[in-house]
Amino acid sequence: MKYLANVTTLKYRSEKCAGCGSCVEVCPRGVFEMQGKRAAVTDRDLCMECGACALNCEFGAIAVNSGVGCAAAIINSIINGGPPSCDCSGGASSCCG
Amino acid sequence: MQLQTLQFVKKVLPPFSIGSVSTPGGPVFRVTSDWSRADTWGMIKSRVGAFRMNYAVTPGLYAAGEPKQDSDVFVTANYKLTFDILRRSLKEMNAWILVLDTKSINVWCAAGKGTFGTDELVQRIAATGLDKVVTHRRLILPQLGAVGVCASEVHEKTGFRVSFGPVQARDIPAYVRAGYKKNKAMRTITFSMIDRLILTPMEINPAMKKFPWFAGGILVLFGLQPSGLLFHPAWSNGLPFLILLLLTVVAGAFLTPALLPFVPFRSFAVKGWIVGMLSSALAVGTLGIIDGHNTILLAVSYLFFPALSSYIALQFTGSTTFTGMSGVKKELKIGLPVYIGAAGISLALMIVFKLKEWGLV
Repeated sequence: MKYLANVTTLKYRSEKCAGCGSCVEVCPRGVFEMQGKRAAVTDRDLCMECGACALNCEFGAIAVNSGVGCAAAIINSIINGGPPSCDCSGGASSCCG
Repeated sequence: MQLQTLQFVKKVLPPFSIGSVSTPGGPVFRVTSDWSRADTWGMIKSRVGAFRMNYAVTPGLYAAGEPKQDSDVFVTANYKLTFDILRRSLKEMNAWILVLDTKSINVWCAAGKGTFGTDELVQRIAATGLDKVVTHRRLILPQLGAVGVCASEVHEKTGFRVSFGPVQARDIPAYVRAGYKKNKAMRTITFSMIDRLILTPMEINPAMKKFPWFAGGILVLFGLQPSGLLFHPAWSNGLPFLILLLLTVVAGAFLTPALLPFVPFRSFAVKGWIVGMLSSALAVGTLGIIDGHNTILLAVSYLFFPALSSYIALQFTGSTTFTGMSGVKKELKIGLPVYIGAAGISLALMIVFKLKEWGLV
């Protein structure tokens, strides 16, 4: 399953890649694969902006505007300000567990 | 020391533990890989409601089997269901389990919040004296923990080298047998029909909490007469819309998530709208509960309810394994004005309906 096309904020600069393979190891969507000595992006639209790759790339080759892809969280952030977070105002039963 | 260990065990022995193991960092509980009836019941309760919010195990170090100084260390969250799934997956293995304090939240959500994170891991390693318990310097983390844990920073601060294991704990034995190597299936997250169905109670629950408000609104609307609020018209004219409202919740919170890949288009708002239209068509056409000759009621059936189903379906983006923030923002940017518009027009139409009913226009 894929979500909307051409919306991800994933930016990959292959010239900075040192070929450690961390991004391939952490991405649960198979966005990266090793091609020779460097990582390459397979399909950008698979990306869900979780941010694991960017956090674990020691060479700063990856950037992504990561965040919670949850409608309730985003509506909350529109109403109350601040970034979308799982700490929903609904409290108890409204969120992930 | 022996006596002390015994007292410690007697005092706070958790139900999943079978004795304790003494380590240089103090005694730690040995856990069973079996699930009791209470564990299964706890899982069910966690899947349907707020019970999950306080379903926790005490953070710290635990032993599975007969771990030695060179045994693997698996790191996990202190959400009890997560912990239970891990210990079950470690059946017949000898390993250490390091439980982080994630405030009883699962690995992925906690990693997103940062509680399953670099700082907590570094602190927990120090607090448990892990460097004295094991002689090696390797940690195996669940892959989804990578959202919150920077492996190189952990190595720098503690000397422990982080490997991100498989996404699912059930793949751990195969991962270890393969020489700590993951194949593509182990590192890819799936979203099967069963995965989706397990999540639907938490979609239906919050939607049904708002149901009485909507239902009350509908009854008042239909019951309101120049002479006051009358029960008979409220019930007889309002009931069809109550049924449609229920169908709409089923459409948005259950059918759309369950049939997700089979409903056309990638947008969740569009998917929910399509299923909502079908449920309105079912109510108007097949069931015939809405008076098809009344243009206003017909218009509201096809305007308001599919929009509501769309809105409810959009909430499911928070539970999937493939939707991202930018996509959801885009959907809301277009969707919210449409929802507000649909609700506003529907309300105006109902006012016209009432005025006509009262013979004022």
